[in-house]
Amino acid sequence: MVRRHFVLRVIAKLLMPFILLFALYVQFHGDFGPGGGFQAGVIFGAAFITYALIYGIDAARQVMPEWVTRWLMALGLLLYVGVGYFGLFLGGKFLDYNVLAQDSVHGQHLGILLVEFGVGTTVAGTMVTLFFTFAARKKF
Amino acid sequence: MAIGILRIHNLFAVVMLSGIYSLISAALFVTLDAVDVAFTEAAVGGGIATVLMLGTLALTVDTEKAGPGNLQILPLAVVVATGAILIYGTLDMPAFGDPAAPAHQHVAPLYLEQGPIVTGIPNVVTSVLASYRSFDTMGELAVIFTAGIGVMVILAATRRDRGD
Repeated sequence: MVRRHFVLRVIAKLLMPFILLFALYVQFHGDFGPGGGFQAGVIFGAAFITYALIYGIDAARQVMPEWVTRWLMALGLLLYVGVGYFGLFLGGKFLDYNVLAQDSVHGQHLGILLVEFGVGTTVAGTMVTLFFTFAARKKF
Repeated sequence: MAIGILRIHNLFAVVMLSGIYSLISAALFVTLDAVDVAFTEAAVGGGIATVLMLGTLALTVDTEKAGPGNLQILPLAVVVATGAILIYGTLDMPAFGDPAAPAHQHVAPLYLEQGPIVTGIPNVVTSVLASYRSFDTMGELAVIFTAGIGVMVILAATRRDRGD
């Protein structure tokens, strides 16, 4: 790849950690401020897509191989459903968070945190996978 | 701007205009105090969707095929009739912000008052989305997952057909 768009490359590299950090903030601060799994997932995915746009798809694949994004997609949903079944095994109903910890408020807290993390993981994985799948196609 | 999107035949300009439209609606959501919706709209509508549309344009063509030029009477009539019925339906709705509206009487007061206490989470949106409505959210997540799988399967299948 030719060394073009020097300013763009430098600025993108500077901004990348902040975008990822902001995504994590939106993810885990979603209990208190605005945000949550869906928002964090798309911001996280957008960070990798930006990287792929500027540095090329091959560089992005080295950072985030395609099998990782596919696993993320599946693992997020599995985590969500797993939290649901875990509550079931602990004697509650499906997706009943009250039984997850020593009291119901802590259980709710833990359950919501895990579920939101599952949402974020799947959304981020899906966004990056979609982009990679589109970018891998050649013009026909 | 929406009319501009309809009139322009260069699809690249259409994609760019719809991206700008998404950003403007994100700003609108911020002024409506729906910051988390604005996040999503800016990141998905203004960013990822635009990039995916551009990717699609790169795979296909970037100018619209000329459709039938004359005015289509039947679709226009259907759209106007549906719009009229929808507007007629809004006449029965309670006034905007009316505290006695059914939507504000059913479970909303319970969620607003009990949500932060029961779940220990001050953000009502999160407590409703992830706790009270967790089955809905699981369905949404499954939809996203399935959509991703679907795109992968379709694009990978056509790749195999061409034998490369």
